[in-house]
Amino acid sequence: MPRAQVTPIDSVQREELERICTRARRRILRMIHAAGSGHPGGSFSAIDIITVLYQRYLRFRPAEPQWPARDRFVLSKGHGAPALYAALFEAGYYDDEEVLLSLRKMGSPLQGHPVMGKLPGVEMTTGSLGQGFSAAVGMALGVRLDGLESRIFTLLGDGECDEGIVWEAAMAAAHYKLDNLVAVIDHNRFQIDGPNATIMDLGDLAAKFAAFGWATTEIDGHDLDQICEALEWGIALQGRPAMIVAHTKKGHGVSFMDDSNKFHGIAPTDAELAVALKELEGPE
Amino acid sequence: MSGGAGAAAIPRPGATFGNRVAFGLALLDEGRRNERIVALNADLSGSTKTSTFAKEFPHRFFNAGVAECNMMGMAAGLSTTGRPVVASTFAVFATAQVLNVIRQSIAYPRNNVKIVATHAGITVGGDGATHQICEDIALMRVLPHLRVYVPADAQQTYQVILHVLRTDGPAYVRMGRIDTPVIFDHDYRYVPDRVEVLADGDDVTLACCGLLVEEGRKAVTLLADSGISAQLLNVHTIKPLDVAGIESAARRTGRVVSAEEHVVAGGLGSAIAETLAQRYPTPQRFIGLRDHFGESGEPSDLMVAFHLTAADIATSASALVAERDART
Ligand SMILES: Cc1ncc(C[n+]2csc(CCOP(=O)(O)OP(=O)(O)O)c2C)c(N)n1
Repeated sequence: MPRAQVTPIDSVQREELERICTRARRRILRMIHAAGSGHPGGSFSAIDIITVLYQRYLRFRPAEPQWPARDRFVLSKGHGAPALYAALFEAGYYDDEEVLLSLRKMGSPLQGHPVMGKLPGVEMTTGSLGQGFSAAVGMALGVRLDGLESRIFTLLGDGECDEGIVWEAAMAAAHYKLDNLVAVIDHNRFQIDGPNATIMDLGDLAAKFAAFGWATTEIDGHDLDQICEALEWGIALQGRPAMIVAHTKKGHGVSFMDDSNKFHGIAPTDAELAVALKELEGPE
Repeated sequence: MSGGAGAAAIPRPGATFGNRVAFGLALLDEGRRNERIVALNADLSGSTKTSTFAKEFPHRFFNAGVAECNMMGMAAGLSTTGRPVVASTFAVFATAQVLNVIRQSIAYPRNNVKIVATHAGITVGGDGATHQICEDIALMRVLPHLRVYVPADAQQTYQVILHVLRTDGPAYVRMGRIDTPVIFDHDYRYVPDRVEVLADGDDVTLACCGLLVEEGRKAVTLLADSGISAQLLNVHTIKPLDVAGIESAARRTGRVVSAEEHVVAGGLGSAIAETLAQRYPTPQRFIGLRDHFGESGEPSDLMVAFHLTAADIATSASALVAERDART
């Protein structure tokens, strides 16, 4: 895969990003714990990618969320909402810890799955898997029609790729040569009922998207240098949409959650939260 | 309806139990008796309680992955090979997501597919409106050929599942996520297609389904305290609707309050109103969501916020009774 000229991050930048990712993991667990339900596993597998995106590449104005020329991020795997909410918090869209901890409570802007119009920065209502990706293709068409430089980023789950609409959207994105679209698959190899390989074998996702006309690359989705490099590659790419297949681990970052499906959709207990927060210690 | 081991596992009235758990028990029991039954799921076999069937009969269980349209299409095809097919997922994905597959491949050709949906309604809770479908009764009810069931408790769910598995043709069975009060005891016998009169009364008919049957029971007591004698109907079968049963109730009380965990447009209340408008026009009030989506929250708080409680039913019923009294 030809690489764009990338600006590597230096050790100071890397450490800063690592700190933010760790802080985001703490927030994710605290908000899910406060809610009593939610999806920690898939939030943790995606948080490094989402953090790097918001910290380094997305162009946005928290004080002007509807700024027409902004880049947009669509969390297609909507159950990863806590990761999005943590990233938007860190990005400055809101700064009230109480709001953060109101996840899933009545009246909260932090709905169980992201809802447009409830929290600034949420670009699309998602939760029914597959639909966010399709909407991202539409957004890429729309900003291109307006002659904007805006880019559309989207993140999908691997299980989500079971949905037919994903492949319908993939075909359309390549057909319309949407080089302003950069998609990432959070390839943690699990869905709810078990490993992808036993529930619905996905085969070689990168090869499949390549066959659909996408430029593809594969990375370690927890390696910050590789995430930066791949996103810069996707941004620079001309003539085709870019797919980054990010190999990740569900629950990555906490020993008893790491690479396990146990925390797909349950909140940590008080004791689990305490242990996890200890493992994730660091500056606020 | 002869049960099986599973029915005995359902606790007696006074306890709470999951309708979806009862579904899992019924599927397993009937699956042991009828080896032609196959079950399909879409990456939610744990939540929909079909995983026990999957474990015991792995060769008769197919996981479609997160691909509900394909699950419904495969269900239709499998049924044409002479098998009762159970296709399960959350209600939003079992209906709205796949409507035209159900329409063309299941309902229209009368294929023997039982769409058994869990996690319907706002009491899904924290997941929020994306997962809280309150339009599914309407979506399913308008499809010709499709039978639509909304059982009120675990015991009834168990027997409704046996009933649909033992009768040919497409059916939709709706259940919620949360455990709900057990209403019917072990000696309960489900009578297909007939509304159940759970309380007799003269002043007003409360016609309820699903979770709202329990609220209706409490409303009967609340109303009795204010001197109103309410009749309570459990309308477990939305289609075919027991039109004779509904009409005779309306003739008796002259007032109807329908109650459902669903939008008022197109649901149980609409079905009743459509019937009574033609047979015996009757003043009616509708308990259900207005033109709204749900939102994240605790199920009990959401019931209050969306006016789905016994108190809401009782208030509506009292107002209706007072209105009529003022007129006469
Ligand atoms: C259309 C649709 N069907 C089913 C679900 C229920 N569901 C939520 S998460 C999930 C598994 C998704 O797996 P994956 O995309 O791999 O997510 P991850 O493992 O990264 O959390 C399912 C089936 C849904 N949200 N949307």
